[in-house]
Amino acid sequence: MDYENKTLNILIVGVGGQGVLLASELLSEVAMASGLDVKKSEVHGMSQRGGVVSSHVRIGKKVYSPIIPFGQADIILSFEQAEALRAVDWLAPDGKIIVSSTRLVPPIANFGEVKYPDDPIAELKKRTANVIDVDADKMARDLGNIRLVNTILLAVASPYTGFEPSVWEAAIKKLVKPKFVDINLEAFTQASALTIN
Amino acid sequence: MTRLLSGNEAVARGAFEAGVKLAAAYPGTPSTEILETIADEYKSIYAEWSPNEKVAFEVGVGASLGGGRTLVAMKHVGVNVAADPLMTFAYTGVNAGFVLISADDPEMHSSQNEQDNRIFAKFAQIPFLEPSDSQEAKDFIRIGLDISEEFDIPVMVRMTTRVSHSKGVVELGEPVTVEKDQFDRNVRKYVMVPGHAKLRHTSLLERQARLAEYVEKSPLNRIEENGSKVGIITGGISYQYVKEVAPDLDVFKIGIGFPLPLKKIKEFVDRHEKILVVEELEPYYEEIIRAAGMISVEGKKYTGREGELSPYRVATSLAKAGVVNKVDLADYKPAQLFPRPPVLCPGCPHRGLFAVLKKLRLTVTGDIGCYTLGTLDPLQSLHTCICMGASIGNAIGMEKVNGSKQGIVAILGDSTFLHSGITGLLDAVYNRANITIIIADNRITAMTGGQQNPATGYTLMGKPTREVDFVKLAEALGAESVRSVDPLNYEETQKVIKEEVERPGVSVVVTNRPCVLMPKRIMDTPYEVDLELCNGCSLCFRLGCPAIMPSKELNKRGKPKAEIDATLCTGCTLCAQVCKPEAIVIKETAGAAK
Repeated sequence: MDYENKTLNILIVGVGGQGVLLASELLSEVAMASGLDVKKSEVHGMSQRGGVVSSHVRIGKKVYSPIIPFGQADIILSFEQAEALRAVDWLAPDGKIIVSSTRLVPPIANFGEVKYPDDPIAELKKRTANVIDVDADKMARDLGNIRLVNTILLAVASPYTGFEPSVWEAAIKKLVKPKFVDINLEAFTQASALTIN
Repeated sequence: MTRLLSGNEAVARGAFEAGVKLAAAYPGTPSTEILETIADEYKSIYAEWSPNEKVAFEVGVGASLGGGRTLVAMKHVGVNVAADPLMTFAYTGVNAGFVLISADDPEMHSSQNEQDNRIFAKFAQIPFLEPSDSQEAKDFIRIGLDISEEFDIPVMVRMTTRVSHSKGVVELGEPVTVEKDQFDRNVRKYVMVPGHAKLRHTSLLERQARLAEYVEKSPLNRIEENGSKVGIITGGISYQYVKEVAPDLDVFKIGIGFPLPLKKIKEFVDRHEKILVVEELEPYYEEIIRAAGMISVEGKKYTGREGELSPYRVATSLAKAGVVNKVDLADYKPAQLFPRPPVLCPGCPHRGLFAVLKKLRLTVTGDIGCYTLGTLDPLQSLHTCICMGASIGNAIGMEKVNGSKQGIVAILGDSTFLHSGITGLLDAVYNRANITIIIADNRITAMTGGQQNPATGYTLMGKPTREVDFVKLAEALGAESVRSVDPLNYEETQKVIKEEVERPGVSVVVTNRPCVLMPKRIMDTPYEVDLELCNGCSLCFRLGCPAIMPSKELNKRGKPKAEIDATLCTGCTLCAQVCKPEAIVIKETAGAAK
């Protein structure tokens, strides 16, 4: 990643309560610790109320706008299948969208007025060739905590950011609650191995 | 040393570095984290949640007069509540520096309107500073306090959601200590009876004249020259978007938005063939600049006056104005997908209350808080929401013109009632209204993320304190009937509300279940659906609980049966109470029953 000449735009999306904000916090911390300028932006308020949550992170030599210009996200991390569909138009032509297997059907979809898509990932793949789908839901459950989806997706994205694993590790130790540090480090290591393969 | 700080965290840091002694606020998105950060990190500052913004402001006035540097924070609509002391404090002026943070919410991410409080500063004739990122947010607090002391005037720092909630790298500084004289009993300055106020009005105008000179020289109003024929005048977050999409244009960056440096702006305008003002919301800069005779200046014609700007909106505005040739960005189109509106949390005590209000088909005047979500599908049982505390007055007025038969209920939360509902209840009692007021007391200020208030027993700084007793308070104000009820007891809540709605006079019902998330997460044994018993009647779906989802199994009419997500269910029992075939059970019980 050539940060001298390019700003890296990462859009993280999900549903309130999934840990979107912690993920963008970790990524920003890693960028700052690597000596780069970083801005991140999201809107709080409804974040614990099951609404859509999105966080923009921009990393470079000098960053102005805290929000990503539309259609210029280099990486989208989606913590939920259908939210990836909602976000996909933000993707740059050669950008990658990393999507978790997690499905969260809102109560409003119980009434059939608006339908949750049957297979959001299949639809996503029709829209762009650059889909990386990760069964983060299963991996998180196997590790014993569904809230690890955020760390898993970050780990999958990490090679594209060019930051050192040790910097990620330090950021996790700094920002994650002490009793969850070990399990998050484990999730990060396991999920990083996925991308290398 | 650098740290990654949000705009709000940077404001808190700025207060610390500038030697602020007192900070007061009422929580409100997007301003809340300012006082939370001060209380968490900068314990040398006395910090309080006041019951409302007016009180916070008045506490701040007292602190400033008493000789301590002061910061008062609120969201944009909070300034409406604090407007009374604000307008007159401009007359008296300060002793130690006083900064008012107005956190505006363009786009209404979490607000009932998107008023532009830059106009408020002009109205009150106080200077305002407009940071465009976290570094400036921190730096402008100290500069604002210095201006406040130099010109004997309160200063507003105008934030917006995008600045408050974005994070950026901030260079930290060392804190200073500022010692001011204690309160001086100068009644001609501080007792605003007409004879004194006339003199202070004259003084305010004199101070304005001196400020007008000062802003011409301030480095906060900065020109960035690139030799372009077109010049952009901008400030706040809009500056960042301009730099993002048109880095080669000459920019006049406004840091102090009132009074404007009109001489410096005129020179900038005269040097360019075309000038565009890029600002969010109202044509505030544009109108002042045009009124000063620079009538060729344009702006709102291209940018629009609703919602937030963005790199995309600024780029398209510049293209429309013919400033740039083409927009190098994809066309924005919102995704065509099901909506995911915010919902009451699984286990939320308000859900029981709204299920009852829906069942009883009552007219409900609403208020500001999590319970405002009761207006959404499927609960759909809240019918007005205007401003903090409005529910009670609205109910009184409605009842007075419609008569009492309608069954009018006002609903507001614990913190909202204490903010500005007490006087409403007093009015209902005094003027003999026939309404029922529900105080949805969940023991926390929930919507803004869980702040203490006068009913929770703790202060912002974590000290135990006395807590308001809503039942006693309502009785003391003269309500004829005051009852307490568990909102997750469906039958009982229905009975109590029905009786009180039928009773003439003013009734107050206080619900008594704490918030399921704060201060601590409440998790009981989750329930599950016995699919053999479930008949797919959808009564549980109609509670709008995120933990209840359609199962793949269908009933005879092809409708889905219910399924409960055990990771989300808090075991609140409400769905089990409304389930007629008793299909919603705790797992062990299910086994035992068979």
